[in-house]
Amino acid sequence: MAENFASVMMVVAIVACCISMLMAIIRAGLGKTAFDRLLAVNAVGTVIIIGIALHGFILGRPEFIDISILYAVINFIGTFAVLKLFSTGTLGDGKGRAKANAGIGGGEEE
Amino acid sequence: MDSLFFILSGISLAIGVVALLIGSLGLLRLPDVYSRIHAVGMIDTAGAGFILLGMLFYAGFSIASVKLAAIGIFLFFTSPIATDAVALVAHQNGVDPTPGTKLSIKPTKGATRKPKAKAAKTAKASPKAKAKASVKASVKAKAKTKAKASGKGKSSS
Repeated sequence: MAENFASVMMVVAIVACCISMLMAIIRAGLGKTAFDRLLAVNAVGTVIIIGIALHGFILGRPEFIDISILYAVINFIGTFAVLKLFSTGTLGDGKGRAKANAGIGGGEEE
Repeated sequence: MDSLFFILSGISLAIGVVALLIGSLGLLRLPDVYSRIHAVGMIDTAGAGFILLGMLFYAGFSIASVKLAAIGIFLFFTSPIATDAVALVAHQNGVDPTPGTKLSIKPTKGATRKPKAKAAKTAKASPKAKAKASVKASVKAKAKTKAKASGKGKSSS
């Protein structure tokens, strides 16, 4: 009885994950600035982490949690990579817009 | 004892579902990057936290619950960092809050961003002009011309 309740709630949770992901994808399409889209993609990643773990529990194979851990790490790193590209114009390989900007703005120190 | 864990699991999952739906609705409906960050914080902390807690109660004491706890701890530390970095970079790139809110500099929607960016660039050359511009936003145009003049004088000297 109680186990039944918990498994039904898991199905409800995975449906809620789908609805939440749909809303976040709509925001990623509508978003005015790039940061809105980035935020929405970050939320989609979080929802996917929960959804994969729930899917593993519903199917009775909790090994899916390993994939979920991988998604958590990739989501974090990806968000920071895009933010670094926005803020500095390069991903750290020394070639990019950052150098050009430094050349333009080099005259300001004096 | 087992049934108690299952009931706790169901209740935690229900709370997590409510938080997830509220957060995603806020992400869709709120007007601003900064307020949407607030909604994403709801998803990342309350939604993910309670759903992972529910799965942890369901799994009991096993290797799966250890992995779930690892995911929970990782999300607990990284998602605030990610949202804070989004807010920081959005602020650096000049995304303003909605006009009319308390944190907004602009009173109305009419003003464009371009002259402000130019003012910031010239203000970088002389910090005195920057302070002047930040103190009196209404005489921004005057400060801009002044900053330009001072910058010119500086470069010629």
